[in-house]
Parts: sequence; structure tokens; C-alpha cells
Amino acid sequence: MQEFIQQLVNGLSLGAIYALIALGYTMVYGIIKLINFAHGDVMMVGAFVGFFSITLLGANIAVAMLLAMTACALLGIIIEKVAYRPLRNSTRIASLITAIGVSFLLEYLTIFFIGPNQKVFPATAFAVKAYDIAGLSILNKDVFVFVSAVALMLVLQYIIKYTKTGKAMRAVSLDMEAAVLMGISVDKTISMTFAIGSALAAAAGVMVGVYYGTINPLMGIIPGLKAFVAAVLGGIGIIPGAMVGGFVIGLLETIVSGYGNSLYRDAVSFGVLILILLIKPTGLFGKDTGEKV
Amino acid sequence: MLGSKRKKIAILITLVFMFGIIAGCGQKAPTTQQPAPTQEVINVGLNVELSGGVASYGTNAKDGAILAIEQINAAGGVLGKQLNPIVRDCKSLADEAMSVSAALVGEKIVAQIGPLTSGNVAGSTPIMTENKIPLIAPAATAANVTVDEKTGVTRDYIFRVCFIDPFQGTLMAQFAADNLKVKTAVIYGDTSSDYAKGLAEYFKKTFTEKGGTILATEGFVKDDRDFRATLTRIKGLNPEFIYVPGYYQEVAPLIAQAREQGITVPIGGPDGWDSPDMVTVAKADALNNTYFTNHYSSQDTDPKVVAFVEAFKAKYNKEPDGFAALGYDSVMIMVQGLKDAQAADPVKLAEALAKIKNFEGITGNMTIDANHNPIKAGVIIEFKDGKQTMNSRIQP
Repeated sequence: MQEFIQQLVNGLSLGAIYALIALGYTMVYGIIKLINFAHGDVMMVGAFVGFFSITLLGANIAVAMLLAMTACALLGIIIEKVAYRPLRNSTRIASLITAIGVSFLLEYLTIFFIGPNQKVFPATAFAVKAYDIAGLSILNKDVFVFVSAVALMLVLQYIIKYTKTGKAMRAVSLDMEAAVLMGISVDKTISMTFAIGSALAAAAGVMVGVYYGTINPLMGIIPGLKAFVAAVLGGIGIIPGAMVGGFVIGLLETIVSGYGNSLYRDAVSFGVLILILLIKPTGLFGKDTGEKV
Repeated sequence: MLGSKRKKIAILITLVFMFGIIAGCGQKAPTTQQPAPTQEVINVGLNVELSGGVASYGTNAKDGAILAIEQINAAGGVLGKQLNPIVRDCKSLADEAMSVSAALVGEKIVAQIGPLTSGNVAGSTPIMTENKIPLIAPAATAANVTVDEKTGVTRDYIFRVCFIDPFQGTLMAQFAADNLKVKTAVIYGDTSSDYAKGLAEYFKKTFTEKGGTILATEGFVKDDRDFRATLTRIKGLNPEFIYVPGYYQEVAPLIAQAREQGITVPIGGPDGWDSPDMVTVAKADALNNTYFTNHYSSQDTDPKVVAFVEAFKAKYNKEPDGFAALGYDSVMIMVQGLKDAQAADPVKLAEALAKIKNFEGITGNMTIDANHNPIKAGVIIEFKDGKQTMNSRIQP
């Protein structure tokens, strides 16, 4: 039982990171029906901005996270403007392929400028302490990742439910043309969506750096794909779905490694994607509305 | 009119380039080293990486080999003749290694030392085999260097002085069972590399032969960073030892997470751990009570090693690494072969090399087996407060 609870603790912090990345996927999909495959790499850029804020500017972890979020929010806006906006009225496959191109561009630009080797996240930024609570080993970084992820999700919920920007985002995702007729600036709303999604990914990137100790230019690929599975599992385009999906995938991976076989962990995650697409393509939270023709 | 003029210019430029390339080729084979007119000296080819990606391997191995040759010559040479080293750079390229070998064959060498990497040795292999001249690879660890993978036949003229990768699994299992006296172990290795899979297999075989029990075999893949779920499970199994064959990128965070979870048992691994990043990522405290196998340690207190380290430092003013030691041993085993063969003849040398038993090298006593791999000792390196220290030498 104690081991099981320890596994839950392990799964929750992993799930929190997946959930934060999944939110960006789902928000962008919700508003312009684009799977932004560059999203995992935005997380990577966030991790590097955090890394350099700490090593070069001597920032503490909170400041580093804010800097990373700001930088990636801008990056998100630029990516949307340069790569996706010109293609908004072309086929969906065109934007999808562009997204893959942007993903490679971010990865290899980082390799070009910073080098392919891993960077060690400075330990001074976050002193790790272990707490022994009823036989469980809980680290302060577990708490840090979980609490800051949940806090960011609450802020996001607030923005979407109670602010004008949030209302505009919901309106655009429901019906873009009608939103224009109501006087909503679609361009601005889409930019905001990218900014918020990318900022969340950047926060996740800094958390990965703190949590696992090393970052590298290709670190975004696998978490990006896992978060994509999480977003689809919850119902792509549905924000609470992404959060739940992230935690479910995190816990599932932990339980598979912990009780099944560590070699099947990734197979199970991606198996979930196939199952969901076969059985309930709209995801756990999705309503089956049928394809609009 | 303009078009044809351009065409002419293009042809002219092409011609100039072609001549340039041909001229360049001509300059490539330096003729500074005069082959001896009579066999008063024995020519030894050094086909090593002095530039390119793995220049440091080749440079250090060459330094070790040259030191060995100077020592032999100072002591009167072999069979009454002096050794004459002919050093050529293969630029860390397999095709360049081949052309260097071809050039060395023309210099009537008795044997070639190098190249260092398995891939470059493979490039050089056909020429050496064709001309029946032995190649002694200091550090090529891939199994197929000395054995043809398709037919399983040993390559007659290819030898090496390093052990093959999976053999480190055997050494670590011996260390765990005999020195640490553990009875149970868990293997948690990289399943995405042949290197680590071979190591895990050899560890399992030797450890169970010694009466130990493998409680579980777990795996991770390249670029994994989260090992906690599996580690929690391993902790529940209560093993006395954990074997982690893999590279430092994954192993360093793995060890850090294991210690964070309160797993205090010794953890062992292969030379893939050998990186300064181990300490920066995993931190000195977490690395205490962890061990890895390697070819050689400059801290070895064996008198032979001490003498070698001193001589090397005196000559080059730097610490000899494993490549330097293996380069030194490559020359020394060749000298032993020449003495056994009683002739400076490549074919007889190859026959003698295949029969070498209990040759005393810097990197351990070697007996060449049927696959031309040395059965030899390895060293166990222990992390102590963030420093690599030599723990012991393990003789198989």
C-alpha cells in the first residue's frame, strides 16, 4: 500500500508536467483546429531560457520561470504570426506540416547556437530536500512541480472564465465568423491563445529542468508527444480534458513501470492514443457531435 | 554568344578544379620517411586519428605507442633491430584509414597499430588482410572487429588489446559477487543500445553462475529522464546490488533519483558512466557507493603501471589515459609476438600473436583467445565524494 502511494506521488508530478504541456495543445486546437507539433519544442526553449536566466543573470527559480514564460509567450506569438497565420485559410494538412517544420527549426536552431550536448540545470537554483512522511519519500521538488502546475491551471481557468480575453477565446473557438461579426479581433485572440499556451509550456520546461536536472535541445519531442496523447485522451480542444488527460497519462505510465514492466511504458501510452481514437475519438470529455459538413 | 562564353568559362573552371584535386592527391602521400634500404630496422605503422572527431583518442594512443617503441629501442631493440615508427593520420575517417593502410603497406611494415575506433579499424581491415600484415587495434571494442559477423570466422590478421564491451558485464558481476559479496541484484539497463544489452546479458550469466539471484530485469530507453516508478518497484524488491548498464546521460539522473528514493545499495555500471557530467548531474553524495568497470586507471598502484605513468608524465607532461595505456600495450604485445616468432615477418608475427598467453601489459595480463580477443583484467573505479578512485583490479 505504501509503495502504491509512493507511485501515486511519482505519477502526480509527472502528470502535472504532461498536463501543462497538454493545455497548450488543446487551447490551440480548440481555437484554430491545428495540432501544433512545435509545442514540445517551445517547452524546450522555455527550459533553456530558464537555464540561462539562472546561470547568466543569476535569477532565482521564480524569476527564471517568469522570464521563460514571457520569452515563450512572445515566441508563441511570433510562430503563429510567421508560420500559421498565412496558412489560416489553406488546408489543415498544410498547417500541420508547417508545424512539424517549425518543430525541427526550433530544435536545430538550438543545436546550432547552443550545441547538441545536454546542459546541467544548476543545483543552486533549487536545493532538493527529501521529507520522510509516514515512510513515503516526498521531495520538495515534487511539491514545487505539483503546486505550481495546479496554481497555473487555476490562473488559466480564471482567465478563460472571467476575463474579456477568455470570453473572446471561447467565442472564437465556438464560431470564428460569428465572433468577428460581434466585433472580436480574431487575430488578437489567436495570438493571446498562443501566448498563454506557450507560457504554460515554458513553465513546464523549467519544471523539467529542476526536476530531472538536465536539459537538451531534443528534450521536447517525447514529452510533447505524450502531452499530445494526454490532450487527445481528455478530448482535444477541451481544457479540463487536457488537465485530466495529463494526470491520467502520468499515473498510467507510473503504474505500468511500477507494477507491469518498464519496457511497456511507452507502448501503453501510445496504445491509449490508438484505443481512444478507435473507441471515442472525441476523448473522455468530448461530446459526440458528429462531423460538421 | 554569351551563353557559349559562359559554358567555356565553366569548363575551364571545372578543369582547374580537377587539376587541383589531382595535384592535391599527389601531395597527400608524404615521402619524408625513407624506408630503410636493408632490414636493419623493423618498420611499425601507426595508423591513428590525429585530427577529426576522435583526435584525442589517436593522439594519446600514439603517445603511448611511441613511448613503448623508445623504451624498446633504448633497451637494444627486438631481434637485434631497432623499431622504426611510421606515424600517419587517418583523420578519424574510415576511408582515410584504408588509404593510410595502403600507404603503410608500401613502407614494408611488420604490423600496424591502430586505428582507435571500431569503424576506422573496419575501414583498414580489408587492406591488412589482403596483404597478410597484422593489425593491432588498441581500443576497438565492437565484437565484429576481429570476427566476421556473417560467417563467425576469426579474421586472421586482426587483433586487439582491449576487452570487448560485454565483457565488462562479466567483470562487474565478479566484483559484485566476490568483492561486495552480494547475493541478489536487479538489472536496470538501457534497452535501446546493443552495448548495454550485451553487458546486461554477460552480467546475468556470470552473476547467476556465481550463485547470485537476479530479482528482476528492468529497462529504460535513450533520453528517458524519469525513472522513479521503476525505482520504487526496485526498492520494494530489496536487492543488495543494482546493475545499470547504460550511458551517463540517463544513468546520472537515474542514480540521483534512486538515492532520493532512499535506495542506498551499491550501484554498478560500465565505462559508459565515465564522464564529468556524472558528478555535476547526480551530485557527489548520490554517487557514493557506486562503481564502474574500465580498461585502466592511472591511479593503479601496480608497479608496472606506476612506472608507465611516471615515464609518460616525464615525456609528455600529462596524465596517460586509457588510450595511451592501450597504445603502449599494443606495441608491447607486438614486441612479444616478434620475440616468439623469432622473425620480423608479418605472417609469422600473426601466428605468434594468436598464441600469446599471460602477456603482462599495463592494462592487465592478457591471453589471446580463439576470437583474437584478450582475456584480461579490468579495473573497478569507485566514486568517492565526487572523485573517481581506483577500487580494485579484477582478474577473470
